[in-house]
Amino acid sequence: MSEPDDNGIVLTEEQKRRRRARSIAIAISLGVLVVLFYWVTLVKGPAVLQRPL
Amino acid sequence: MSLVSEGADIARPLRPALSRAEPSLAGVEDYIALLKPRVMSLVVFTALVGLLVAPGHVHPVIGFTAILCIAIGAGASGALNMWYDADIDAIMSRTAKRPIPAGRIEPGEALAFGTTLSFGSVAVFGVLVNWFAAALLAFTIFFYVVIYTMWLKRSTPQNIVIGGAAGAFPPVVGWAAVTGNISLEPVLMFLIIFLWTPPHFWALGLLKSDDYARAGVPMLPVVAGADETRKQILIYSVILAPVGVSPWAFGFTGYTYGVVALVCSAIMLHLAWRVFRDREGAAAVSAPRRLFAFSLLYVFVLFAALLADHALARFGFGL
Repeated sequence: MSEPDDNGIVLTEEQKRRRRARSIAIAISLGVLVVLFYWVTLVKGPAVLQRPL
Repeated sequence: MSLVSEGADIARPLRPALSRAEPSLAGVEDYIALLKPRVMSLVVFTALVGLLVAPGHVHPVIGFTAILCIAIGAGASGALNMWYDADIDAIMSRTAKRPIPAGRIEPGEALAFGTTLSFGSVAVFGVLVNWFAAALLAFTIFFYVVIYTMWLKRSTPQNIVIGGAAGAFPPVVGWAAVTGNISLEPVLMFLIIFLWTPPHFWALGLLKSDDYARAGVPMLPVVAGADETRKQILIYSVILAPVGVSPWAFGFTGYTYGVVALVCSAIMLHLAWRVFRDREGAAAVSAPRRLFAFSLLYVFVLFAALLADHALARFGFGL
């Protein structure tokens, strides 16, 4: 009996490149969402900005 | 219903199977393709016009947020459409290279992507813009995915007539993002796109009827034949022409829009007449192709004229 391969799934260089691209796209999307909420909060003020600190 | 199962049974063996354990091969460009960017461009443009011609003021950041949410919502419904239609997409030459039938994206990935973006776009729209417009966007996504894609597309030759409502909602959503309600003007914008959809898609259907027949999609040319489709194209174009001019006739726009709408509607009618008349030889192919190409231009030009007319009136140059 051959020994089980415990290396798991080994990604090819192409698969790694595509995963990296997907991760960057998700990070950019989340960054845009954060900026959007921050920006709209400023625009929708002034109640948000005038609260007691 | 039989058409549904027939299409599915034919398609299933053609879809390349990926092992569940295999890492995803999808690139960012495949996810962008799921959003149907070309369809999205028309949605974004008509929604933007609806938003800009609406009475009242909207802060540019809120306006940008509204258009972004409408674009993402439209893209999400495109992704869900591709998820559900992967079986028939694999059969049709026009759609066989889409990410799911080509095996680059798993159906489950597309479903998760489309669902997440649908709920996300509606939620962000509601929180940051207004909930009335967000509800309209949610209804538009529901109409396109459930009413058109899952029900009408495979069950009736009137699929794109009723389903066309989904594509006609964006200017109404844009308008509602500013005003929080609906009046006659956005309804006229809705009707222009709604009545434009049948001649536009049936012209394509005349050219690609073999594709649709092979996939079991009951497009009008497949079910009722080319001659009946030509007649229906002409009828809808005759109804579309006065509706296209109606924003001017009702006094919502000036002569700028009126003249553009009259000229474009006359050309649309002429091309529809040629589709009806030319039934044999090369002209039988070139006439629907010309109508399809011009119909794309028609809706863009009319909405651009609506915007230009509104801008001229706002800056005191209205005719």
